[in-house]
Amino acid sequence: MRISMDVELKDIPGQLLLALNPISELKGNLISVVHHHEKRTPRGTIPVQLVFEINHEKLNTIISRFEDSGVEVIRSGEERFLEHGAIIMIGHIIHTDIQDTIDKIDSTGFAEVVDLSLSMPRIDKPSSALLKIDAVGKKEMNDAMSLLKTVAKEKDLLVIEPIETELM
Amino acid sequence: MVIGMKTIRASIIGFGAVGQGVAEVLLRKNEYLKNIGLDIKVIAVADSRSAAIDPDGVDLSKVLSHKRTEGTVGSEKLTGLEIIKNVDHELVIETTPTDINTGGVGLPNMLAAFEHGRDVVTSNKGPLALKYRELAEIAKENGSNFKFEATVGGAMPIINLTRDVLAGNEILSIEGIFNGTCNYILTRMMEEHASYEQMLAESQELGIAETDPTYDVEGIDAASKLVILANSIFDIDATYKDVDVTGITKITPESLMLAQDDGYVIKLIGEVKKDLIRVGPRLVPVGHPLAVGGTLNVASVKTDLAGTVTITGRGAGSIETASAIISDIISIYRK
Repeated sequence: MRISMDVELKDIPGQLLLALNPISELKGNLISVVHHHEKRTPRGTIPVQLVFEINHEKLNTIISRFEDSGVEVIRSGEERFLEHGAIIMIGHIIHTDIQDTIDKIDSTGFAEVVDLSLSMPRIDKPSSALLKIDAVGKKEMNDAMSLLKTVAKEKDLLVIEPIETELM
Repeated sequence: MVIGMKTIRASIIGFGAVGQGVAEVLLRKNEYLKNIGLDIKVIAVADSRSAAIDPDGVDLSKVLSHKRTEGTVGSEKLTGLEIIKNVDHELVIETTPTDINTGGVGLPNMLAAFEHGRDVVTSNKGPLALKYRELAEIAKENGSNFKFEATVGGAMPIINLTRDVLAGNEILSIEGIFNGTCNYILTRMMEEHASYEQMLAESQELGIAETDPTYDVEGIDAASKLVILANSIFDIDATYKDVDVTGITKITPESLMLAQDDGYVIKLIGEVKKDLIRVGPRLVPVGHPLAVGGTLNVASVKTDLAGTVTITGRGAGSIETASAIISDIISIYRK
């Protein structure tokens, strides 16, 4: 499982290693470390954000190792959705059962519709909607988009998906 | 005369906006061409109703004014095809109107040109979108040069960029805006919060969209260009019918607003790679290189060595398209 964790370090040399060593010793896979050296907390500690992958049963060991060495764990949680996407739909969105459209995505288990903005200009005019989708990873996001396109096709809705943005 | 000057006898077949643009540019760039050792001598000009022929060189300014005052290029009754078959010359500049369903007169014109060993430089998408393979093979068999930069993106040098300038790179994908009319309509819908119908009417008034806009707004024009890219750059044996196409007619002003609120613009994006050719409206992040406005065209070429290279430019216009034609002509004969 992928864990995102906020910890606080004492402002003395060598503290970051105390936070990183247990992760590697327990065969965790460190994804990212954001070290806010300039942003001191009122307690005089330095906030650090960690993202790592680890076996579920080892998480508590890591947390207790941190606490033993004076690394304070402020927040720890499973990072389920790493990919955030948006998609636009145009057509008779409500009358083609929007609940069903959303359920199709939510029932995948790997993606969820997390936001919906809807604009309905007039009763006989097509509506427009912007859906925000969160997914576990890139591949799952693509799968969710494909699924949404299939559903939209059946309901005669136009789907506008984002371009691949590796250009930037 | 400069030593080493090469005289190229050329015909201009099709004398609409693009053909006239080529004539104007040849006049304007006459000295430049001579300085690089090229004497492009136009020995025949044909439109759909008339022709002007002179083996010693047609007076292009006369032909241009004849076209503007009389509506015809001259008094001869030969067709373009007859000129290609019967008048001796090296280069056919094929600028007849695009017909995506049959290839129009451009198709027999090009085939005849190759059969007579002539080189072809063209802006006419129809024949290439339908029969690229056949045309390329016949050109090769007859030792003819075949260049068509002007068919894709007007002045934007996408084909020569990928084939020549980026030589050595594997081209992984090309993605971009290949229709200025759609780009204009979508840009204006967003600016004015106006409907598709209103902004289509505005573009028609400005001459940006045609009276029958189907070809542009349904994505057919962009699809034809992608087919040419698929064949010439990705070596995919595709025709226009293989493209997954969605146009812009169903796009609502509300959807553009929703996109804008979330940091996107909506653009008609064409995309080609090894296993996919498609055209459809897509969300493009504001500030992304593909998010160009107005009538501009843009293309991002993804390569294995150079990374991504993006070019933008005017996709239509008679002088702009003539620029691509002149550049093709020079690249054939300047050796």
